[in-house]
Amino acid sequence: MQLQINEQTIEVSADQDLSLLWVLRDLLGMTGTKFGCGMALCGACTVLIDGKAIRSCVLPASQAVGKKITTIEGVGSTPVGAALQDAWQQINVPQCGYCQAGQIMSAAALLKDTPHPSDADIDAAMSGNICRCGTYVRIRAAIKRAAGHSEQLK
Amino acid sequence: MNAVVKQSVRPESIDPEEGRSLSRREFLLRLQAVGGLLLIADGSSIINAADAPKFGADGMPHGTIDNPLVFVNIAEDGLVTVVVHRSEMGQGVRTGMPLIVADELEADWAKVRVQQAPADEEKFGNQDTDGSRSTRHFIDPMRRCGAAARMMLEQAAALSWHVPVTEVRALNHEVVHEKSGRKLGFGALARAAAKLAVPARDTVRLKSAAEFRYMGKGGMPLLDGHDIVTGKAQYGIDPWFKDMLFAVIERSPVLGGKIRHFEADAAAKSPGIVKVWQLPAATATATFHPLAGVAVIANSTGAAITARKLLKIQWDDGEHGDYDSDNYRAGLEAAARNPGQVVREAGDVDKAFQSAARVVEAEYYIPHIAHATMEPPCAVARIVDGRCEVWAPTQAPQVTREDVAKHLGIPFESVTVHVTLLGGGFGRKSKPDFATEAALLSQLMEGRPVKVTWTREDDLHHDFLHTVSVEHLKAGVDAGGKVISWLHRSVAPSLATLFGPDPKHEIPPELGMGFINLPYDIPNMRLENPEAVAHCRIGWFRSVSNIPHAFGIQSFVSELAAAAGKDHRDFLLDLIGKPRLIDPQTLHDVWNHGESPQRYPVDTGRLRGVIERVTQEAGWGRKFERGHGLGLAAHYSFLSYAAAVVEVEVDSKGSVTVPRVDIAFDCGPQVNPERIRAQLEGAAVMGISLAMFGEITFKRGRSQQDNFHQYRVTRMNEAPREIHLHLIPPKNWDMPLGGVGEPGVPPIAPALCNAIFAATGKRIRRLPIRGQAGRG
Repeated sequence: MQLQINEQTIEVSADQDLSLLWVLRDLLGMTGTKFGCGMALCGACTVLIDGKAIRSCVLPASQAVGKKITTIEGVGSTPVGAALQDAWQQINVPQCGYCQAGQIMSAAALLKDTPHPSDADIDAAMSGNICRCGTYVRIRAAIKRAAGHSEQLK
Repeated sequence: MNAVVKQSVRPESIDPEEGRSLSRREFLLRLQAVGGLLLIADGSSIINAADAPKFGADGMPHGTIDNPLVFVNIAEDGLVTVVVHRSEMGQGVRTGMPLIVADELEADWAKVRVQQAPADEEKFGNQDTDGSRSTRHFIDPMRRCGAAARMMLEQAAALSWHVPVTEVRALNHEVVHEKSGRKLGFGALARAAAKLAVPARDTVRLKSAAEFRYMGKGGMPLLDGHDIVTGKAQYGIDPWFKDMLFAVIERSPVLGGKIRHFEADAAAKSPGIVKVWQLPAATATATFHPLAGVAVIANSTGAAITARKLLKIQWDDGEHGDYDSDNYRAGLEAAARNPGQVVREAGDVDKAFQSAARVVEAEYYIPHIAHATMEPPCAVARIVDGRCEVWAPTQAPQVTREDVAKHLGIPFESVTVHVTLLGGGFGRKSKPDFATEAALLSQLMEGRPVKVTWTREDDLHHDFLHTVSVEHLKAGVDAGGKVISWLHRSVAPSLATLFGPDPKHEIPPELGMGFINLPYDIPNMRLENPEAVAHCRIGWFRSVSNIPHAFGIQSFVSELAAAAGKDHRDFLLDLIGKPRLIDPQTLHDVWNHGESPQRYPVDTGRLRGVIERVTQEAGWGRKFERGHGLGLAAHYSFLSYAAAVVEVEVDSKGSVTVPRVDIAFDCGPQVNPERIRAQLEGAAVMGISLAMFGEITFKRGRSQQDNFHQYRVTRMNEAPREIHLHLIPPKNWDMPLGGVGEPGVPPIAPALCNAIFAATGKRIRRLPIRGQAGRG
């Protein structure tokens, strides 16, 4: 099958049912997208499909054919993604950092649709992403900071 | 006094069954770091680990190394690379250690890089990253590394300018000669400096605190920050080779279970499957051996997970097949209601109860909890020409290397363990069964690289769980509201069962985690530890036994204050008594976190200090509407003092939200205050998580929680909106350091439950809280 990942067309041979997560990680070696639960419960595997935050662990890769897939490796080329990555570093959000790729992808989808999210918007968009280290206060602050930045970048 | 703390010593016991007493002793040493005294089992077996007690890092296997040639590399372009030999799991050690070295070195932080050390304790010193001790044990060696390297650079510059070394000094990545105005960059000096002798330890001049450039300051960016936010950071789950195979393992659902029979035909025919193997059965003592299981090896993890569902395995559950956590809780409660082994006694408790104006008694239950690191256990291994390379997110690199060598039957020297970033550790990744699994499967696949990934279900079914505990407390209060008698029974299965016969009692490090070393000013006390038997793998979870001990004690103090009609803070301060230094040995704490009792007494003044500060900052005494309140708790652990005030709102349905948490924290000198704050923020969230939801239950020997829908953890919408941190400045930098990673967690759950009591009058004695705030 042919996948459009981070603006590149990639040919990959995979079983129809294999989830996008394992196609990315195991077949393509794109390991920035993380495995956390396999049931769309934790958000570690979040990618953007046509701009929407999708849990790649439960999406068969075959269903992503013909759509634009953005991963953590590619999100920095968008203004919103770059602003988020910058804000994340300025606030030193990560502890272990494992969940942060998924957090940033969910935040990117949020800011794309809602450039100035309220706390309730952030709760709604981000509560599918677990951080076991407990960086939530800083994630919230980084999203708000990036929201300011992404406005300037437009 | 009871025999539990007797000081007699007998020659090292050798367990003939295991035939590798050294290894077991090493495990225990690593676990306990008690120096000369090691107390196991029923208190009667004491191993003489060394003639004189050794404390701190000296009491750990392989101690410390402070050779700058091992830890510091300066390239000719001036780039400074600092080797970090401790594991990074979010606590910030890969920023903290280089920060210490860079400060003494006078390096420019922008020109500092970090390189992770492989497992090699002979070369680097102890690498066990647990016990909140990386900075505490290695600040001095790392300071000496940086300072010695700085002196070598200064010497090299002085030689090249033919001036006395006393006339030159390093300043922000250069060495300067002020008289002549000459300067040379570190890069230009690196080659000549490396040829000089390393200064002797007693000649190394360390900076004074006033000269610090980075230590104790804020605002250091994380060295791994960019890699993490761009997806480049390498965790244990990330190594990738073109010919790599991917495995998942179906493990015994019951501790000690064995495979009676299995059918793998359907699994083997599933798409992408390369091989199905039966793993060797585990040995009787759990240690960190892989569990019995069947491995499914495929061309992707997803294919392996799908095929694994087709396995048909008949298990022989063995002796733990009836483990049922409801029944077990009833057993713990029964044990807690009867006298147990006395571990500390003062005065006459029973007589004092008779003379008390009022006697209060309460019992608390704290269940098993799972680490649930976001990166589940995982590892990659390959074997080339008899040499095994492992990439693992391990907190215990040396033990990982030893275990892999032992299981493969190859020399220790033939194993390389690359320590990756850890996607969370919390103690789980001190137990490297996952790395051994990867190595065994690579061996079975003739050396091909194999990645083993635990699914979340595997993680929650086969964790080394936090112990389960009943804390039974009884206190007598006199007519003036003063506590005159205190009986505490703590009953919990011990993690020492991992390493040998079940001791059926808490071992000194467990007792010493806020139970036996309670520093309260109460004339009549008796602490007892009734028997409990382990039926699953018990391991250390961040903060370990401090969690149940703090929950019991700090909830009970709140109950006592309420019964006496007193303000909780005032009551707690009275109970602690006046500021004083207490020798932990007088509390019968022979462990003291492996540290010298002289250097690390219990300082009740500092404990009072965090309580006074946090209550002041949080606005203690504020009046709220019903359903809204503040709760307080304070706990000394890992040689640091922490107090928390949690604010809750409880709605009419009993739903609990936490708008704000305040923590005051005194760990002595603060190397990287920014990461200390991060750790405390995380501790607040983890404490709320375990209090609100954390529980693993068992039926028929099997963990009943499969994934995050059944083992819930705190999410963004449930986390405190505000966390206010109040770091107590150190009196000076000669004070010894306390730990940081763990001591923030224990006060959170009791402070939360005390707040629920303040808000609703509902007292929660059984964790997790779940819907209990709405009852009654």
